[in-house]
Amino acid sequence: MSNTNATFPSASGGAAAVREYHVREHHPEQGTLLGFWIYLMSDCLLFASLFAAYAVLGRNYAGGPSGAELFDLPLVAINTGFLLVSSITFGFAMISAQAKKLGKAQLWLGITGILGACFLALEMYEFFHLIHEGAGPARSGFLTAFFSLVGTHGLHVLFGIVWLVVLMFQLAKHGLSAENMRRLSCLSLFWHFLDVVWIFVFTFVYLMGVLP
Amino acid sequence: MQDSFDLTKLIFGRLSWDAIPFHEPILIATFAGVLVGGAALVALISYFRLWGTLWRDWFTSIDHKKIGIMYMVLGLVMLLRGFADALMMRAQQALSFGENAGFLPPHHYDQVFTAHGVIMIFFVAMPLITGLMNYVVPLQIGARDVAFPFLNNFSFWMTTMGAVLVMASLFVGEFARTGWLAYPPLSGILASPGVGVDYYIWSLQIAGVGTLLSGVNLIVTIVKMRAPGMDMMKMPVFTWTSLCTNILIVVTFPILTATLAMLGMDRLFDTAFFTNDRGGNAMLYVNLIWIWGHPEVYILILPAFGIFSEVVSTFSGKRLFGYTSMVYATCVIMVLSYLVWLHHFFTMGSGASVNSFFGITTMIISIPTGAKIFNWLFTMYRGRIRFELPMMWTVSFMLTFTIGGMTGVMLAVPAADFVLHNSLFLIAHFHNVIIGGVVFGLFAGINYWFPKAFGYKLDKFWGTISFWLWSIGFWVAFGPGYVLGFMGVTRRMSHFEDPEMQWLFQISFVGTLMIAGGIGALLMQLYVSFRDRNTARLRDVTGDPWDGRTLEWSTSSPPPDYNFAFTPVVYDNDTFADMKKAGWKRPLKDYVSIHMPQNTWAGFVISAIAMVVGFGIIWHMWLLTGLAFAAMMVAIVIHTFNYKRDYYISAEEVTRTENERTKLLEAHV
Amino acid sequence: MSDHHPNHHHDALHGHTHGDEPGVHYSLKDYTIGFVLAVILTVIPFWLVMGNVLDPSTTKFVILGFAGVQLIVHMIYFLHMNSKSEGGWNMMALLLTIVLLVIVLSGSIWVMHHMNANMMPGMGDAAAVTGHGNHDMQ
Repeated sequence: MSNTNATFPSASGGAAAVREYHVREHHPEQGTLLGFWIYLMSDCLLFASLFAAYAVLGRNYAGGPSGAELFDLPLVAINTGFLLVSSITFGFAMISAQAKKLGKAQLWLGITGILGACFLALEMYEFFHLIHEGAGPARSGFLTAFFSLVGTHGLHVLFGIVWLVVLMFQLAKHGLSAENMRRLSCLSLFWHFLDVVWIFVFTFVYLMGVLP
Repeated sequence: MQDSFDLTKLIFGRLSWDAIPFHEPILIATFAGVLVGGAALVALISYFRLWGTLWRDWFTSIDHKKIGIMYMVLGLVMLLRGFADALMMRAQQALSFGENAGFLPPHHYDQVFTAHGVIMIFFVAMPLITGLMNYVVPLQIGARDVAFPFLNNFSFWMTTMGAVLVMASLFVGEFARTGWLAYPPLSGILASPGVGVDYYIWSLQIAGVGTLLSGVNLIVTIVKMRAPGMDMMKMPVFTWTSLCTNILIVVTFPILTATLAMLGMDRLFDTAFFTNDRGGNAMLYVNLIWIWGHPEVYILILPAFGIFSEVVSTFSGKRLFGYTSMVYATCVIMVLSYLVWLHHFFTMGSGASVNSFFGITTMIISIPTGAKIFNWLFTMYRGRIRFELPMMWTVSFMLTFTIGGMTGVMLAVPAADFVLHNSLFLIAHFHNVIIGGVVFGLFAGINYWFPKAFGYKLDKFWGTISFWLWSIGFWVAFGPGYVLGFMGVTRRMSHFEDPEMQWLFQISFVGTLMIAGGIGALLMQLYVSFRDRNTARLRDVTGDPWDGRTLEWSTSSPPPDYNFAFTPVVYDNDTFADMKKAGWKRPLKDYVSIHMPQNTWAGFVISAIAMVVGFGIIWHMWLLTGLAFAAMMVAIVIHTFNYKRDYYISAEEVTRTENERTKLLEAHV
Repeated sequence: MSDHHPNHHHDALHGHTHGDEPGVHYSLKDYTIGFVLAVILTVIPFWLVMGNVLDPSTTKFVILGFAGVQLIVHMIYFLHMNSKSEGGWNMMALLLTIVLLVIVLSGSIWVMHHMNANMMPGMGDAAAVTGHGNHDMQ
């Protein structure tokens, strides 16, 4: 070891205690998962702003249709189902990845992506239907807030699906390496986070929206 | 005929030759100046064949030190632009009384004060504090870089591209005329149908992404990459304030992003967030934007407080008084800053109960700041004070900022604020705390850490001139504002009728000229320091020009790419002071190879494309927007396919670098 | 100046375990329990609203409560949240976020409610909610 020590007199005045002021090799801890979690917290606050806007504008019907008149709760229930099941299929993908079973992981990822796409398709259908009925985002404060909140969530799901597809290609190319496991873990956090946000969307927007 | 017309619309949107302000002489002159200056710069770089170096060693660098320096350059360049706006405003207000209409028509003046605010906050103060935090924090915690070096590069370029958009608005189109926070309905599509507000929205959205990611980066860096032995309560105070600042950034900037997106949607898609009709609510914008806006000013001031802690401790030759209370005060300020936002709009009509609540919280938040000031004073007490430039700036801060803070507490009383809101008193107050606090803090920090970054100190003579011109000039410029505010003068006026007040505006203009002198002296200081960088007076050979107390001073000036040949082990606060006292000797042999991240093109490219997307949206050039957005996604995906992002600096190279330093140190002694 | 030596290329593929903490353990049990709980916590609110089971204001509180509980279920069983992960920093970040979320939401609702009552006379519930006419400042 090189001469990195400095003697430091011990309190008892006896033999001087030697302090090491350097380490030879230092590997800082991986920060990716913490960093991604913190980014998700910031995304929470983005949604908080949209929820706040919805809380303030959500009853401004401007003489137009209200949630009770517009919302198709069975459709929303089905969509909730798609998202919830996709959360668990992603979980199955993580279990397979953990067990180093690339093929199964890819399968479950693919199913997750398809479920996500079903969610988006149904949501697009809902949006187009509303717009067709004259209840588009420009109609009233309520509808503006509705479309932007639910739409932003949908955009996040779309981005998640794109990421998922790209990651599936990367898994095919590089396998279940440490780096890819990190990426999978991040996407897993993201995907579950989207389901968490959806809990509040269906509660706050749809369910409370149909109540007077 | 119809087809080709549509094609033009598709490609060029609402961009046309009308967008170039041929009829505005001030802008044409500015543009000519920029062209000439820009051409000269390009010619110089080409002549010295520096393009390769610029790209390889700077633009694509993921080194936190290089990125920190680039942020500082961005901030200082934009300071000149933002100050030019200030000079124009003060000149206009000194002249424009009664018959005299001044030289700036209202629609131009409105853009000037909007640009001044946006630039100073987003493209001067934020980059400068981010640059300092980026440069210093990894060194202070004994790390080799930040947690996400690529993201760091990307964050810098996103900020820069935001600045590019703001600068572009000078010559192509116009800027917003709404004030720096762009309240609707004025900023809505009906009252501001032009491109100005869109430039505002998209430059801030792009820069905001950079800032947010930078926040995540620095938090993880501080949490995960501290040297062994450096517990949280052994971190330097600047690192603590950086941590709290970046936490604030992460929890606050999303609100700005969301609110500006809502405004953008109102403008683009005719939604009803903030409209007067269809159930919109413009007051909602004011509420949301200030939920961002108040923490933002704490984001600006907390790093400055950290700088002062380091400077006071170093130049008093003493440990900081009350380290624990400093940490707690910082954390309390961080949380409380989220509970005061309504004091920015007491007069909007929320009523007595709401106003009282926020008035009280606003007064409470001044208390931890007061505690900090006492701690600094107690640190100085019985210290061996050296009045180097950083310490001078600190003393000036203490006097200036404290008074500004006090006027803030005055404004915290809702009843008083009903008289003083949006008057020149308010303007004087916030410039008092921002200049006295943030700007003076940045100058202290720049003078303090400049030798570490470049290997030579900044010239004290020109620094002193700059110091006095700023310190006195500030009061001459803004003192009248307090008086005029009490007299009832409103902000953002480009013309006045009552000639009795003109002399106060003229004094203010003189103060602005003094500050201009201060900036000029700063530029001279930079030039003279560079010119004399190898003289004994300025050269920093040891890496520790100030007898510093924290880890960054244990490295060479400038530090090697890898910062530390061996990661230090920490036993106490004021780590380096502790090491020096214990007779620490720098390790001279047995170096190992060091794992480092590689440079990247992706940050620059993705950001540049993002800027093009922004430009396309602003000008309704949908084809360009679509293509650029697709290109951006492709670039991002391509980047994620790059798995080979690191390399090793060989032990031989480390040995060579360290031996050079050993030789230098031996020769110096 | 920075030199790039390609000879010691280290590929991220081969994995650094640079002082990694033990990672999350994904278990079938966790996901199953979480899924079942989440389904129950979703079905009941939908049923309450679609079936008009309780009166509206009670329903609102109940479904918000269910949402809160389902949040916790997701956090524990899907996001594997615990006070140990990342040295406790995950939990701290989450708690701070929740606190600020509450401040942003409740603060905005409180402020905007008063703003609407005082400054938007005739917009629906000004008189009804404040109990005063719209010429009163509260």
